[in-house]
Amino acid sequence: MLSSKIIKLDFPIFTHHPDLVYLDSAATTLKPQAVIDAEKEYLEQYSSNVGRGLYPLAETATEKFEAVRKQVSAFIGAKGPQEIVFTAGTTASINLVAQLIEKSLFSAIPADEPESRSRIKSGMTKANIVTTELEHHSNFLPWKELARAKDATFRVVPITEDGLIDLEALRNSIDDHTRVVAFSAVSNVLGTISPVSEIVAMIKSINPKTIILIDAAQAIGHAPMDVSKWNADFVAFSAHKMFGTTGVGILYGKKTLLETLRPVIFGGGMVLDACAKKTLYRESPYCFEAGTQNIGGVIALGAAIKYIENIGRENIRVHETALTAYTLKRLRETFGKHIRIIGPGEASERGGIVAFSLKDIHPHDIAQLLGERNICVRAGEHCAAPLHRKFHLNATTRVSLSIYNDEKDIDKLVARLEEISEIMSNT
Amino acid sequence: MSLYQDLILDHYRNPRNHGTLKKATHRAAGSNPLCGDTLQMDIIVKNDIIKDVKFSGSGCAISQASASLLTEAVKKKPIKEALSMEPKDVLELLNMGLSPNRLKCGLLSLETLKSALRHKR
Repeated sequence: MLSSKIIKLDFPIFTHHPDLVYLDSAATTLKPQAVIDAEKEYLEQYSSNVGRGLYPLAETATEKFEAVRKQVSAFIGAKGPQEIVFTAGTTASINLVAQLIEKSLFSAIPADEPESRSRIKSGMTKANIVTTELEHHSNFLPWKELARAKDATFRVVPITEDGLIDLEALRNSIDDHTRVVAFSAVSNVLGTISPVSEIVAMIKSINPKTIILIDAAQAIGHAPMDVSKWNADFVAFSAHKMFGTTGVGILYGKKTLLETLRPVIFGGGMVLDACAKKTLYRESPYCFEAGTQNIGGVIALGAAIKYIENIGRENIRVHETALTAYTLKRLRETFGKHIRIIGPGEASERGGIVAFSLKDIHPHDIAQLLGERNICVRAGEHCAAPLHRKFHLNATTRVSLSIYNDEKDIDKLVARLEEISEIMSNT
Repeated sequence: MSLYQDLILDHYRNPRNHGTLKKATHRAAGSNPLCGDTLQMDIIVKNDIIKDVKFSGSGCAISQASASLLTEAVKKKPIKEALSMEPKDVLELLNMGLSPNRLKCGLLSLETLKSALRHKR
C-alpha cells in the first residue's frame, strides 16, 4: 500500500484540518498542492485568453493549455489531442454528446437505410436508446430526454443482485434500431467495475452503428485506462474527480466520428468564417469548444495528471483495493447482520466505493453524526435513484476512498459508527 | 454542539402521537424525495380546534422528532394558530438551528401539517 501519511503532506487541506477523515472522494477528490500551484501560477503569472492573443502571455497560456490536451490524450490512450474536447464536467460532456447525436446522427442513420425507412413508415419499429440501472442521473436523464425528443424507446438494462450490468439483458436490448448505448465504467454507488471492452465488443457485434458512450467519472485516475482498447465512441469524465479542480470536463471522441458531427454550441473561438452564407467552422475538437474555457482549470488538470503518473495508477489501484477490502472486512465483522452493503462482495470487483445501510438508521443521521467528528461521507441517493429503487432503499451512506486514506481512517469511521448505532438505538 | 441533543433523541426514540387516525377529518402526505423522508399527518378537527393529531412515515431523526414535537404543540389548539406557525416556531420547538441542508428535514412536519389542515377529507 502507499504511505498515506506521506501522501497527506501533498494535500494542504490536512494542514488546515489535521483530523479530517475524508471519505467522499467519489463526490470530489481533494486537491494536491501541485494542482493548486498550477492554477495559481496561471492566474498570477500569465492570465490571458487562449487561441487568440498574439502577445507572449497569451502564447504561453495557449501553449500550456494545448499541452494539457496532449497530456490527456496520452493519459487515456487516445490517438491524439484531436480526440479530446474540453467541457465543463462529465455532465456537460454527456449532454454535449446527446445534443451532437440528436443533431447529426439521429435522423441521418435511418434515412440512409431504405429498409428502416419503410419500417418506420409502417410503424413497425422505433429507434431505441439503451442505458442501465447503474447510472448516475447525468448518464440517464440526457438519454431519457433524447428518447423523448426523438420519439425513441428508452431501454433501461437491469443490474444483477451483485450490482453488475446484466449482460444477457443488455444483449437482448440491442438490435438494429439501437442508436446509443450509455453505461458507466465504475458505478458511483456500488463501485462496480464494468467489463467495458467486452461490453463494447458485444454491442458492436450486434449493431456496429450503435454509438457507445462510457461514463468514466468514477474510473479515471483510479486505475490504468486505455480508451483505444475500450473502443467506445465517446468517453466522459471530470477533472475534479482526479485531483483537479471543478468546472473542467473531458470528452474523448473518436476522431473519425467527431469530424462528421456538426457543432451544437456556437460562439467565439469555434468559427473560421462567420460572415459566409454557410458558416465555416473550425475543425474538431475546437468547433465543440465555443467561448472561453476554464483555462486555469485545464492547466491545473495537467498538474493533476502529472501527480497521478508520479504515483502510478497501478499503485493507486492496489492501494484502493486493499483499503476497500479492509473497509468491507471491518464493517462486516463489526456490524454483522445489522449492516447491508450493496454491490459486489469482493474488493477486486469494485472501485474504492462502499455504500451501505446500517440497521434502520437514516443515512442522513449517520452522515451528520459522522460529520460532527469531521468524518466526511455522503448520504442519500447519490444521484442514482433508479439504482436505489432496484435495491428497495430510500437512501444509503457512501464511503469512497482515495490515495490519502488509510486503515486509521477506516478504524475511526467504524468506531464512530458503533457510537452512532448506540446513540440512535431505540432502547 | 451535536444536533442530536437529548430532546431530539427522546422524540425520535419515543415519538409522541405516532400512528394514524381512522376518523381523521383532515389528512395529507408530504415527502422529501431527495432524502427519502415521508410523512403523513392525520387530524381530527372539531369546532375549528385540533382535537387529535397523529403522524406516520419514516425518515431521519430530525424529521421524525420535529413531527413528534409539532403534533404535541398543536394538539387542542385552534386551527388558526397552527396555520399561523412559521419555520422559526418549529426550530424553537426543536431547540436548535439547522443548517440549510437539514432545514427541509426539520420543516417537513409543518409543511405537511398545514397541507393537511387545508385538505378536508
